[in-house]
Amino acid sequence: MRYLPLTEVDRRGMLAAIGVPSMDNLYQDVPESARLKRPLALPDHQGELAVERALSELAARNLPASAVPSFLGAGAYRHHVPAAVDHLIQRGEFLTSYTPYQPEISQGTLQYLFEFQTQVALLTGMEVANASMYDGATACVEAVMMAIRLTKRKKAVLSGGLHPHYRDVAATLARYTGFELDMAAPDPTGAEDLATRIDGETACVVVQYPAVFGHIRDLTGLAQACHAKGALLIVAVTEIVSLGAIRAPGDMGADIVAAEGQALGNGLNFGGPYLGLFATREKFVRQMPGRLCGQTVDAEGRRGFVLTLSTREQHIRREKATSNICTNSGLCALAFTIHLSLLGEAGLRQLAALNHAAAVTLAERLARVPGVSLVSDQFFNEFTLRLPKPAAAVVDALAERRILGGVPARRLWPERPELGHLLLVAATEVNTPTEMAAFATALEEVLR
Amino acid sequence: MSDLKFTEEHEWVRVEGDVAVCGISDYAQDQLGDVVYVELPAVGSKVVKLTEIAVVESVKAASDIYAPVSGEVIAVNETLTEQPNVVNADPTGEGWFFQIQLSDPAELDDLMDEDAYRTYVEELS
Amino acid sequence: MTGMEGRPTRPATPSASATATVSGHRGLAMEQPLIFELDAPGRTGVDLPAPPPVASRLGALARQGPIGLPGLAEPQVVRHYTRLSQKNYAIDAGLYPLGSCTMKHNPRLNERLARLPGFADLHPMQPTGTTQGALELIDMVAHWLKVLTGMPAVALSPGAGAHGELCGMVAIRAALEDRGDARRRVLVPASAHGTNPATAAAIGYTVDELPADARGRVDLAALTAKLGPDVAAIMLTNPNTCGVFENDIVEIARRVHAAGAFFYCDGANFNAIVGRVRPGDLGIDAMHINLHKTFSTPHGGGGPGSGPVVLSAALAPFAPVPWVVHGDKGFRLVETGEGDAKPFGRLKGFHGQMGMFVRALAYMLSHGGDGLLQASSDAVLAANYVLARLSDVMSAPYPGPCMHECLFDDRFLKDTGVTTLDFAKAMIDEGYHPMTVYFPLVVHGAMLIEPTESESKDSLDRFVETMRALASRAKAGDAAFFHEAPRLAPRRRLDETRAARQPVLRWRPTAPPQAAE
Repeated sequence: MRYLPLTEVDRRGMLAAIGVPSMDNLYQDVPESARLKRPLALPDHQGELAVERALSELAARNLPASAVPSFLGAGAYRHHVPAAVDHLIQRGEFLTSYTPYQPEISQGTLQYLFEFQTQVALLTGMEVANASMYDGATACVEAVMMAIRLTKRKKAVLSGGLHPHYRDVAATLARYTGFELDMAAPDPTGAEDLATRIDGETACVVVQYPAVFGHIRDLTGLAQACHAKGALLIVAVTEIVSLGAIRAPGDMGADIVAAEGQALGNGLNFGGPYLGLFATREKFVRQMPGRLCGQTVDAEGRRGFVLTLSTREQHIRREKATSNICTNSGLCALAFTIHLSLLGEAGLRQLAALNHAAAVTLAERLARVPGVSLVSDQFFNEFTLRLPKPAAAVVDALAERRILGGVPARRLWPERPELGHLLLVAATEVNTPTEMAAFATALEEVLR
Repeated sequence: MSDLKFTEEHEWVRVEGDVAVCGISDYAQDQLGDVVYVELPAVGSKVVKLTEIAVVESVKAASDIYAPVSGEVIAVNETLTEQPNVVNADPTGEGWFFQIQLSDPAELDDLMDEDAYRTYVEELS
Repeated sequence: MTGMEGRPTRPATPSASATATVSGHRGLAMEQPLIFELDAPGRTGVDLPAPPPVASRLGALARQGPIGLPGLAEPQVVRHYTRLSQKNYAIDAGLYPLGSCTMKHNPRLNERLARLPGFADLHPMQPTGTTQGALELIDMVAHWLKVLTGMPAVALSPGAGAHGELCGMVAIRAALEDRGDARRRVLVPASAHGTNPATAAAIGYTVDELPADARGRVDLAALTAKLGPDVAAIMLTNPNTCGVFENDIVEIARRVHAAGAFFYCDGANFNAIVGRVRPGDLGIDAMHINLHKTFSTPHGGGGPGSGPVVLSAALAPFAPVPWVVHGDKGFRLVETGEGDAKPFGRLKGFHGQMGMFVRALAYMLSHGGDGLLQASSDAVLAANYVLARLSDVMSAPYPGPCMHECLFDDRFLKDTGVTTLDFAKAMIDEGYHPMTVYFPLVVHGAMLIEPTESESKDSLDRFVETMRALASRAKAGDAAFFHEAPRLAPRRRLDETRAARQPVLRWRPTAPPQAAE
């Protein structure tokens, strides 16, 4: 067995050193009734080649978004990730290290987390960011719970432009941790007025930017309406590349930004692992969930980094912790920060411009398909179309033509038949003019 | 012997008229290590003996501080917010946490004097 | 006051540099500035085409002004992260005996397979007809986990162990509410991971601490006394965080169930018993499995994790969405619930940590049923070997045998002036990552050693000899040696007090630049 260095001779010698005749003696505390007396009904060990064959066979039965024209977004985005990113995150010193509990021998992880926190703060226009969360949806509900702690109020208003998975995760926690949700109806056009829903009981308003339907709205007025009533504005961002082209939530008055960072450095991976980003104002930092890295000096006076303000966390605070969260998404954060370092200011701005140009080009082309209309007016790299037929059937028919043509709104809102003809479409820098033309042609055929 | 009285939870009280000045003991600050953060109660809040009213944190520990006596918080030591190290440097002097206007002076009788507290701490370690 | 055990968090005295150099580098140990200090405006590490001219649809929301991100070319980026990586300890480089964390070998085959385009490039919202292989893989992971645990159901979406705890405990609360039972108290041993009480408290339960007995296990009599009609659940780690098997566990489960409560098991230490004991045979209702521990998905410097939760028949109907089912049209995802299911909701975007499922399945197939049993046996053997070889010079609070990790306390350092922390820092100079220290909380100055099955006997012997030598040195009165440690790491001890008193959580342009590249 290639992963197990002990030999039978070693094992016998070790048992002798321990002073027991067999392994069974080491398991003496297991009650007799609970001891498995037979091997489990599982196959025996296999070599690399056999395992690679088995999993490759499963992989071959999928249609990867990279193999065909693909225009899916709705919270997960395909971008080109530079080769250096994957090379660097596979360095064993990053891949096979643990949480930096011993800072003297974890400065690599700690320094990139410090840099990551700074990048996230800059990008979102906030003062501080943490060292990451599980994903955007969990970061979003953590933001809601933080707002509840800060305001000592119990109600959160959710925009109808919020991704339904984010909404559902918030609803689960609301029910079991005891806060109220005021959920606005799905808002494909960005016409909702959330300010009227804010009252003296409102802890926060959660709005997605760009919205799940793709539209972008100035949040300045909403932030002012929140602050006038003592509530916080939480801005969820599912496509972080957008912030290279549009105003930062912090500039518009956001109090907490909860974002999905997958779009930089991380692949689609069928939905995970992804990267929750979490940024806020400095004055709220003690109510922040998750790990934080801070700068200090060592005994020789050299700059160094440590995990800090840990008393917020479960391993010290136990039942009084700000969150039960323990793990972050370290390696995904590393991929994010490396990708963003490669892009730099100029590269990110240009990448965002390319995304926007691709989406505008595609939207205008698809809107010319007979019976199709563009629902979104202002958008970044994602928009909503109204089709003359149910979108789910159209997407299936497109898939048969080997085109992944977007996400039917009903996939995200199965309980909303009135959204049946809406299709969410994204375009990024990876989509070529040829792919876009093929999509338009196929859509015409399918709708004919 | 000082005029301090102590709880079993390592808070101290110095009575000045009908006001109790409260803080944490030298033993407590030593156990905590470097204090990095103090969360104080709101002035004007009514507190009940043995309920949690403040928090003191070091890098690796967070402790709740209990009200040693019942009454109304009439002052808190704002210095600690900016300079939590004062708790380590002078725990029973400049490092006081809050002052409580006593509602039931008889509660003071339940506290230990310094000798009793010293004995109590010795038994702990 | 409560919970006031702190420890020194800043260097006792400033130290002179052991080896001053002009550059700040020390041979292969390179100093590296922050990326922000390497910035040159306009420089980039990517070459992107010019965007085609289009009429902007951003309106007034187009970003004005700079973001402030630094510009670096690719060679600078590669060097930056390569140098940073060299400041990290890693399993690839050495024995990493962090108890309760399971730092075992991460097979590289698993990395290769997770990167197959057929897995890595799948969008979660593709039509399920285009992702049949991925759904089957998820179904296979579920099958393996159910067989290994003897449990009838598994919820795969939790993003990490603590998230799995949340899943299991919410399932318990949902089941109780479903039968109209408003229980509000959860029993948690003092030795538990902090996530246990934090999770119970997060969903509105009162945490009631269970004392340990003299053998580091749950005190059965104390447990029985605390059980009552208001107890919703017990949360118990088994093998527990003292590294021992709860030998009364079957009886504990019986009494918990007799009281109408549920049994949540923290499965962080499942790696000790895989193939030998099935949690389903112990009477457990819910248990999370840290795929990054038991099934060796990489820890990645602190994540991503993955925390599937196996559920008993009583809890299975309440499992969160989504899940995979197999029908006459192949595999499909259930995203809103169906049939008799009463899903408690959703915990995470999309369908769980797919990238981790691929790695875990590759690990399971590579080991097979026979190899998983051998791996858990070797892990337990290694821990007992270390315990046996160190017991005479260090102090073990509880008698063996242990499971996959062995626990020591600081009695052997009594009156030496050396603390657990000092001892740990001296191990760094010897080339070892320290064990878990000051956890579990029930033992003074705890040192929890988990060698894992990945170490050869030679490696274990060298580790043991080093630990013995350090213990002797401490007892010989050389406290200064320990107080100064580490001397040879990329950094000496760091001032954590300063980091917490004056938090600097990000770089700002005004910060004075450090040494140049």
